[in-house]
Amino acid sequence: MRIFDPHIHMTSRTTDDYEAMYAAGVRGLVEPSFWLGQPRTSVGSFVDYFDGLVGWERFRAAQFGIAHHATIALNPKEANDPRCIEVLDVLPRYLAKDGVVAVGELGFDSMTADEEKAFVRQLELAAEHDLPVLVHTPHRDKAAGTRRTLELVAASPLPPNRVLVDHLNETTVGMVVDTGCWMGFSIYPDTKMDEHRMVRILAERGLDRMLVNSAADWGRSDPLKTAKTGAAMLEAGFEADDVDRVLWRNPVEFYGQSGRLLLDMAPPEPTFAGNTILRGERASGAA
Amino acid sequence: MTTLDSVDPRASAALEPAARERLETLCAQLAGDPIQIRVLMPAAARLVGRGPLDPADPQGLLGATLDDAVRGALLVTLAGALAGDTDRLVAEIRDLYRFGDADEKRAVLRALHRLTPGPAYLDLVADALRTNDVRLVAAALGPYGAKHLDAETWRQGVLKCLFVGVPLSAVAALDSRSDALLADMIAAYVYERVAAGRDVPADVWRVLDVHPKAVEESGVLAELDSPYADRRTAAERALAGRTDRATTGREA
Repeated sequence: MRIFDPHIHMTSRTTDDYEAMYAAGVRGLVEPSFWLGQPRTSVGSFVDYFDGLVGWERFRAAQFGIAHHATIALNPKEANDPRCIEVLDVLPRYLAKDGVVAVGELGFDSMTADEEKAFVRQLELAAEHDLPVLVHTPHRDKAAGTRRTLELVAASPLPPNRVLVDHLNETTVGMVVDTGCWMGFSIYPDTKMDEHRMVRILAERGLDRMLVNSAADWGRSDPLKTAKTGAAMLEAGFEADDVDRVLWRNPVEFYGQSGRLLLDMAPPEPTFAGNTILRGERASGAA
Repeated sequence: MTTLDSVDPRASAALEPAARERLETLCAQLAGDPIQIRVLMPAAARLVGRGPLDPADPQGLLGATLDDAVRGALLVTLAGALAGDTDRLVAEIRDLYRFGDADEKRAVLRALHRLTPGPAYLDLVADALRTNDVRLVAAALGPYGAKHLDAETWRQGVLKCLFVGVPLSAVAALDSRSDALLADMIAAYVYERVAAGRDVPADVWRVLDVHPKAVEESGVLAELDSPYADRRTAAERALAGRTDRATTGREA
């Protein structure tokens, strides 16, 4: 089983996770920029975080044979803080980077006017930089948030096939399925979705534009939920090719629209004895 | 001769004619409008090319990768375009490093010695030496670091290479800058590894073979008589890397 996790916050995870993910078949992933749990109080804090996503975290992942990519944005929660809003001026530098494959996570947290303003501006930035977008749908008031999200996307310069609407469930998937947007499902130990409900949705709605992610972060979450969903699909009678489509080809097709996926990875090399820093590193072929 | 030829003839030979032409177009664009460097630097690898130039050096620790050389050509072009305004050039280069991803940062480090003669970028090198990204550490100890780093920082950088697994052949001017103090630091490191029953990189002998006294004073030789088998064998393995055994008076 080869797996591309289209949404996982590796900055919050350990090297044990990277090892377990590689063993389960994960070879590529996207880490969306988001809230850190502790609110940021300055633009500098964002910039250091973005640097980590395109620098250290990509290096760390490569040591475990996993191609790391990022999405960059001002997240909805912090769009409400005037001390953070100026990060929008810095975004163009990061939206030009190799391995930055979308603008995200955008969207709503509490559906405020400030959130909507940042959301709309960043949809424009995505169009200007020829990048797709990853849209977070809110935990609270999800149906209303998803509806408003789809209105803003429809009014934006982006075609729907460049938009991934994430954290969907049984009550919101129906709104998105006919829009042409891609549909993301975060499989969690006890909130959002579980793998068996996911299989049911796939059986009912088909595999077209469907993405499954672990969205693992610093909360209770499981970076192997993608693999577990693959196993649940096989148990339920899906073919290996169906699993490959949902867990690899679909996310690669969506983020591949950026033209910036870096999937040509060398397998990890053995550690230098006693050292926590491995010698292995990305060896991509000449373009 | 193109700018890329002057930066790295291997890179020039590795590029397809179409890619070489794209790079020349980018350089011409940059010469006319230097501020373009801010978008061309991040985009250079996907527009022109990337990957190792030497299959034996897939990470680009020992020398430039193709993308390093391509970005180097852009930086040299920028330096030419801003030749009359050193302050502006320095500020632009510092921002490229500040906002660069790890690949861009590495390319800046590899190009520094071609940009301005002075130590204006020394803090960028210091920043790279504080990271644990082996590619940045290796590039920081290239020709610019060799010329401008003070002895103390340079020695710490070389020791860090041994710790994180950067081969010492990545270090520019290793032989001419190595001194007895560096040898003492490396010998102490070897002793610490051996006392823990661990291996040391064979590279330590590139410095220690020239400074046998450091080994004699380090306590490593006494480990050959350690009551613990793991320490004895670790000492034997470590000392087997020497090329100049006679000076220590012992056969490992």
